[in-house]
Amino acid sequence: MSALSRLTAIETRLFFREPMVVFFTVAFPPILLVILGAIPAFRRPDETLGGLRVIDLYAPIVVAMGLALFALNGLSQILAAYRERGVLRRMRTTPVRPGLMLGAQLLMSTILSVGTMLVVLAIGRLAFDVRLPRQLPAYLLGYVLAALAMFAIGLLVASLAPTGKSAGAIGTLLFFPTVFLAGLWVPRASMNDVLRTISDLSPLGAGVQSLQDATAGHWPQLLHVAVMLGWTIVAGGLAARYFRWE
Amino acid sequence: MAIIEVENLVKRYGDHTAVDGVGFAVEQGEIFGILGPNGAGKTTTVECVEGLRTPDGGTIRVCGIDPQHDTGELRQLLGAQLQESDLPDKLKVGEALELYSSFYREPADWRDLVDILRLTGKLDTQFRRLSGGQKQRLSIALALVGNPRVAVLDELTTGLDPQARRDTWDLIEDIRERGVTILLVTHFMAEAERLCDRLAVIDSGRLVALDTPAGLVARVDDRQRVRFRPSAPLDHAVLTALPEVTSVERAGSQLVVTGTGNLLLAVTTVLARQQVVAADLRVEQTSLDDAFVALTGRPIDA
Repeated sequence: MSALSRLTAIETRLFFREPMVVFFTVAFPPILLVILGAIPAFRRPDETLGGLRVIDLYAPIVVAMGLALFALNGLSQILAAYRERGVLRRMRTTPVRPGLMLGAQLLMSTILSVGTMLVVLAIGRLAFDVRLPRQLPAYLLGYVLAALAMFAIGLLVASLAPTGKSAGAIGTLLFFPTVFLAGLWVPRASMNDVLRTISDLSPLGAGVQSLQDATAGHWPQLLHVAVMLGWTIVAGGLAARYFRWE
Repeated sequence: MAIIEVENLVKRYGDHTAVDGVGFAVEQGEIFGILGPNGAGKTTTVECVEGLRTPDGGTIRVCGIDPQHDTGELRQLLGAQLQESDLPDKLKVGEALELYSSFYREPADWRDLVDILRLTGKLDTQFRRLSGGQKQRLSIALALVGNPRVAVLDELTTGLDPQARRDTWDLIEDIRERGVTILLVTHFMAEAERLCDRLAVIDSGRLVALDTPAGLVARVDDRQRVRFRPSAPLDHAVLTALPEVTSVERAGSQLVVTGTGNLLLAVTTVLARQQVVAADLRVEQTSLDDAFVALTGRPIDA
């Protein structure tokens, strides 16, 4: 077993030893989908939504929220706390680079959030008859781009926050506008033009629309691809610039 | 050949020169101490040896390796125990040892280390549930798990209770028996005196002295005092006649003999010949503490 897979396995085990974190990152998105799906009005086709149902719109929003939870509450806090407590520093004294920890955390976040996505899609399909993505490669492309953008932002928070606690606070502060613009309170279809334009330029607004488009069978719009790549490059570049191991 | 060579090491932080021309050589199998007050530049010095910091001047070689240029190889040969370096709270002792041993090319058997460091029975215990001494022992185990030739231990016993401190000292001697060269950073005199074969005394970034603990003391003042109560009257002249003795004084019922060299043996031999028994016999020497004050102009904890 390589050092990366070994460390990822250990970090995943540690992750599952924090029941509250597990609940809010892994379990919360599916639960939210079930709660929303339990509202009868959300399961009726709506003319103003082009014949879609509210629950159809919420499936990609919940998937995107899962990414935001991992990036802003998981990744950033764990890395900032590891730096604060000297875990990364100790790693620097061994033959593996502390970059391995970064890789392990990203790998773990990716695997677990893909798992969450699959559970949400399965529940949507089986319980509420939400259509599975018609254009699967496009869906995966949109998902990967949204994940990259969010993880880059999470790493930037980890780079700038001096402690694990402050990373948690900053992450939570960023979480709400991010998922708001993703449409968690007002789905994008119901936003006014100004709000939707802002949403288009936000990482998860672009992400949710790409997932929505792929579900309907279309490839992501160029604007949304550019927005997600832009966030990845800017946030990732700044994170690389400011990240400190100790 | 020396296993660690440091020559003319300089490290600056902005305007502040933390290490200013420090040099020393550590021989294979030694316990070499770096002694000095807080902020003297001890940790900065060893962090340069560990390759964690880039020196502004001077050369360093560890087993012939330049820590700056062949960091990968250095990590296989040098184990480091750092100040203020925790593990994740819920990581278990066994998991930590297994994980860290997997990082090395030729790791030690971590189960052996568990026995040596008396962590048996703690393998399933999470890091946060360990006592201070246990955390420190785990930290030593992790520094040794790669089977290093050199172990750097920084302020190892700070914050431990006296018993745990003594236990840790025994342990370090055991580790040296296994052939590991040890570079020990400390500001405890007793620790330096008990463990170290040689000491580099550092103050304000400069090397003040480098010698064995006894050598440092002798350099400052090699006089000793033997104090005892003679069982029968004794002619002072038989003592003052000895080449080791410089003076003999009476203090109440006691005699105080001051001198150098092997004073105790010389005095007791004469007493035996005179059939005088020395009661309440005490030998007083200049301590390493005294030597430190003399070398740096202040006590270590001031």
